[in-house]
Amino acid sequence: MSVTRIPPKRRQGLLFDRSSEGTRGYDPPALDVPPAPPLEERFVREEIPGFPQLSERQVVRHYTRISRLNYGNDDGIYPLGSCTMKYNPKVHEKIARLDGFAEAHPLLPAEAVQGCLQVMAELERFLCEICGMDAFTLQPAAGAQGELTGILMARAYHESRGNPRQVVLIPDSAHGTNPASAHLCGYRVEEIPSDSRGCIDLAKLRGRVAEDVALLMLTNPNTLGVFESDTGEICEAVHARGGLVYCDGANLNAFVGVARPGDTGVDLMHTNLHKTFSTPHGGGGPGSGPVGVKEPLGRFLPIPRIERREGAYLLRNDFPDSIGRVRSFYGNFGMHVRAYAYILANGAAGLKEIAETAVLNANYVRKRLEGTYHLPYPTPSLHEVVFSDKGLEKTGVHTLDVAKRLIDYGFHPPTIYFPLIVKGALMIEPTESEGIQELDAFADALLRIAQEAQEDPEVVRTAPHSAPIGRLDEAAAARRPVLRWTPGSAR
Amino acid sequence: MLRTIGVDTIEKLFESIPSQWRLDRPLDLPPPAPEQNLVAHLRDLSRRNLDPDESVSFLGAGAYRHFIPAVVDHLLSRSEFYSSYTPYQPEVSQGTLQAIFEFQTLICQLASLDVANASLYDGASALAEGILLAHRARRRRRVVALETVHPEYLQTSRTLVSAPGMEIETIPAREDGAADLRRVAAALDGDTAALVVQQPNFLGRIEEIEPLAEAAHAAGALLVVVVAEAVSLGLLKGPGEQGADVVLGEAQSFGIPLSFGGPYLGFMAVRSEHLRDLPGRLVGQARDSQGRTGYVLTLATREQHIRREKATSNICTNEGLCALAASIFLATVGKRGLRELAEQNRCRAEYARESLSSLPGCRLPHPGPLFNEFVLEFPREALPVHGALLKKGIVAGLPLSRYFPDRKRNVLLCFTELSSRLQIDRLVKALREAL
Repeated sequence: MSVTRIPPKRRQGLLFDRSSEGTRGYDPPALDVPPAPPLEERFVREEIPGFPQLSERQVVRHYTRISRLNYGNDDGIYPLGSCTMKYNPKVHEKIARLDGFAEAHPLLPAEAVQGCLQVMAELERFLCEICGMDAFTLQPAAGAQGELTGILMARAYHESRGNPRQVVLIPDSAHGTNPASAHLCGYRVEEIPSDSRGCIDLAKLRGRVAEDVALLMLTNPNTLGVFESDTGEICEAVHARGGLVYCDGANLNAFVGVARPGDTGVDLMHTNLHKTFSTPHGGGGPGSGPVGVKEPLGRFLPIPRIERREGAYLLRNDFPDSIGRVRSFYGNFGMHVRAYAYILANGAAGLKEIAETAVLNANYVRKRLEGTYHLPYPTPSLHEVVFSDKGLEKTGVHTLDVAKRLIDYGFHPPTIYFPLIVKGALMIEPTESEGIQELDAFADALLRIAQEAQEDPEVVRTAPHSAPIGRLDEAAAARRPVLRWTPGSAR
Repeated sequence: MLRTIGVDTIEKLFESIPSQWRLDRPLDLPPPAPEQNLVAHLRDLSRRNLDPDESVSFLGAGAYRHFIPAVVDHLLSRSEFYSSYTPYQPEVSQGTLQAIFEFQTLICQLASLDVANASLYDGASALAEGILLAHRARRRRRVVALETVHPEYLQTSRTLVSAPGMEIETIPAREDGAADLRRVAAALDGDTAALVVQQPNFLGRIEEIEPLAEAAHAAGALLVVVVAEAVSLGLLKGPGEQGADVVLGEAQSFGIPLSFGGPYLGFMAVRSEHLRDLPGRLVGQARDSQGRTGYVLTLATREQHIRREKATSNICTNEGLCALAASIFLATVGKRGLRELAEQNRCRAEYARESLSSLPGCRLPHPGPLFNEFVLEFPREALPVHGALLKKGIVAGLPLSRYFPDRKRNVLLCFTELSSRLQIDRLVKALREAL
């Protein structure tokens, strides 16, 4: 089989390589006040060698060119499992940029920001209803910060009862942020193994839960896309020994409007507005990770909290049991307003249909690939499905190669090598945003790659062949890290 | 599709969710809004805020009004940038990766330090991360911070570093608002991991960094310099040049709208010896098999997805798009433009300080070098005066009682390139009438 080798696009220089002395893309207006006496020289910096000097046109061309080296959600299916790369409605970008929002200073008195406060208060209420929780804070800037906030609240709860406890239990299928967040809160992390279904091993959990356990962190549906149907028993076991249960709501998109985490017995949870509620991922943020709690934990929520009194919204700080602040101001408001718009645009029926379509799409892809790719857990899937490279190894093709070969077919690869409990995992989350044509084209490409692995494994092992760049030597990059441009550095 | 899957209804796909939990009613949410109604509703809400076109603002205090050239939003709106994920697949993410590499370089240049990460949530959580970095580097449990570090940064840090057992002791400033070197030196001891100072400080004063660096280093502690107003870096010495080991803060001033407090842009730069203690993403240069240069996420063994509970931080999603905005802003403004912008901020603030200090009964409690903010003391309580001016569409800074209950007569005022002489004169006149 022959490969069409597309010549690499012209390499893009760095901003710094394009500079020329004296050029600039912006002029401040003339100074209309008398110039101040110069600042004492010891405070003043010298010119920064190599700092960019470009015209506006050069800046536009630079970023336009490098943007084309990216694959975005608007280019096609972006099936990163657990990341929920759904379509970002364009109207949200317009709404977040309305002058009244974009120019609202966070330290204005409450009466001057009633619009912002109303958006936040109503979003809190919507999230309570969607998740079945009693109160929400929008302050955490991302999912991991939400986890941290939740664990700090759990800690404050236990401290209020006289003992912070020592251990946080985390299933072995969890996101890495779970153990990292628990550790930051001063807890020892213990892993709970998964059983043959890919769910928490209930017997092992029951055997481990004791009075030293502060919290169990549960991702539901879990990272295999499987609903933890024992959640009731899990919560009962943990609660019986005085512990709390946290739900990592990263995968909430699977069941909005179908069921609610709060009804399953969990005490606190976070959700990612940049996943379920469609705020753009931005190439790695900004995100937003609101945290919801059941009433007994409400007094520990971060300050300030929004309250409505006599028809007006205000910010309150007088909660003596609060864990305090986890971020400056009120969180990523620009994401709150987009998520608020998303909920309003879809309504209850629309949100439920989104979850149903997301689950339908994942099951369709699963059916099309089952039998060709190894399915380590045959348990029913919700919004995502995890395959592995088992069976391909004898061809010398591994998960990484399959992922890179997908790029040649014009698709973004799925999440790979996660969850860690599946060796060589390929974790596919198509989301509701794809139609059957896209799903078929994507599945066809994966089936074709499996065939290529048998017939011409080399072409898969050396992929991608059509990307702007080939596989990069990551090991060498980490051994001798070059993390910035320096004047005179040769490229 | 259902036929292919082998079920007859979509409900069947949800059978793994026990029936007692399945909702038997629709969620209680407003009916769906078509785009036209949605925009009208949100526009209406946005108008319940102070109208930015009908008011003038001299409010800063950690969130700054600066002019944003149109090119920033134009380029940010390319969905190749905003609709992509964290660049885990470098072959299809070179745009994002190169932009982060350039951002890391710009931050290093401004901070005068060796390495910078790909961004953190905001200035406040960046300080918490900086304190945890100092803890890892020095294995000590105390932090000494000037009381003139942004109050919300200190509050946030207290929340986030108390569980790992860190303590933050704050040191009051001198009468003139600057760091009290003698008290700082006395507070530093063999268990101090870091000394934290903000430049310019929360009261707007420019600090002398070198003696603080000497004091910190003499005690074996790191000097952490916090920058909340990043435009100041266009004029003031890079703190790394003055002895800082860690420079961190908030870069919202670089092309990011106020947006009621977020998303903003935390940043952190360090000396290369602390490279492996850095939290968050790092992008490095790499080569492919044909020797072509590209960029990859690197040194991931510090991070949560590899190291889990042993990671340097739990951060995953950071503020990628805001970092891109800052890079585009800096590239457009450029070396000369940034310097001129910074100098204009200072001149406008100096003009305002001069004009306001002559108001009857007003005084400047903290004279001395400033950048674009300063504290003004009224002859009476600030809140009612502030409220009276707000009714006229003038935001007369921040009444400091919000953070310091004993500073009832003080306001913190901010002047940027957007503060015209006309606006400043209007503020002076309105205050003269209100006082």
